[in-house]
Amino acid sequence: MFNWAQWLADWLVYSVFGVQAGSKLGDALNFFIFDTIKIFILLLILIYIITFIRSFFPPEKIREILARKKGNMFLGHVLAALLGIVTPFCSCSAVPLFIGFVEAGIPLGITFSYLIAAPMVNEVALVLLYGMFGLKIAAIYLVAGEVIAIVSGILIGRLNLEKHVESYVYGLGGKNVDINIPEPTMQERLSDTWIFTRDLLKKIWLYVVIGIGIGGFMHGWVPAGALAKYAGANNPFAVFVAVVIGIPLYSNAAGVIPLVSELTRAGVAMGTALAFMMSVTALSLPEMIILRQVLRPKLLAVFVGIVGGGILFTGYLFNYLL
Amino acid sequence: MHIKILGQGCAKCEQLYKEVVKADQALQSGVEITKVQDMKEIVSYGVMRTPALVINGEVKVVGKVPSAEEIRNLIKGGR
Repeated sequence: MFNWAQWLADWLVYSVFGVQAGSKLGDALNFFIFDTIKIFILLLILIYIITFIRSFFPPEKIREILARKKGNMFLGHVLAALLGIVTPFCSCSAVPLFIGFVEAGIPLGITFSYLIAAPMVNEVALVLLYGMFGLKIAAIYLVAGEVIAIVSGILIGRLNLEKHVESYVYGLGGKNVDINIPEPTMQERLSDTWIFTRDLLKKIWLYVVIGIGIGGFMHGWVPAGALAKYAGANNPFAVFVAVVIGIPLYSNAAGVIPLVSELTRAGVAMGTALAFMMSVTALSLPEMIILRQVLRPKLLAVFVGIVGGGILFTGYLFNYLL
Repeated sequence: MHIKILGQGCAKCEQLYKEVVKADQALQSGVEITKVQDMKEIVSYGVMRTPALVINGEVKVVGKVPSAEEIRNLIKGGR
């Protein structure tokens, strides 16, 4: 599908710029140009498609679906985690979303399955994983992320932590007003989809280019396996360190993934890399601060602890398996 | 006429506020525009996505910044 982009990158680097094929600079430039073209085409097409699909699943509808599944808890968790893939998530909406779910009587554990899956299994991460690592790793990330969301939600539900939700959350029920916003027409849907895709790309493009740029530099100058000694599968601390480093990197998820693909080539074990990327997307400092408005410290700590534990487990598991 | 912009200071909430102020100036409609940043008040409108636009107590837009034209039409419709 991208043979033409490889041809273009070869032509630009070796013929137009006159850089020698096989040199460090040549490798780095070629990697940078080819990957930039490939990643941006994938991002544009796939984000557009996913955004279009998600326009049919606004959170109001998700809430309705989940509220109806209250009887079957396990199905509720699975459904919440699956719906998390297709729904929009901006950490600034985490609180109204949380309150909206709890108000509708959706159990706390199911609400968490959704709140964990939505930011972790997001379209930008999946597209970049597919583009940089291929289908298999993207699929592993998706399945592992879903399992973490389902299991963490079930655990949080079992722990009966409702009393650790800020009490005002439960007192807002009576004031609920009906919102009657008409279903958008197909034309509105398509134009909203385009605006969302454009804005998202505007927000992340620089991070992606910087990520690929550093990746390109490593491609040329850092030999394969150079980091294996420090972050290979036989270093048991690598996964833990990767998860901790990932927490403050939230807003740079788009730039981190292209970089991580080069880190794995340099010898960072795949499980460690997966854990790192999950930590970047699922555990974010700003989101924790925002969620503190509705979660008391103990529940927030349980949330971070369980999700962090799930990510660590995934990291060790795939270091062992892959 | 009273317009409220619901949102806890996210980038899009700020953008929506500016667009509404601009539309109000263009139309010289003299509406009262307030930002609502208190989460309890935001959720009291039943809103789960921000920013949201409330005109005369009625939620008109959730989770997006509408085009300048749409905003002008909403203001005209509210008078």
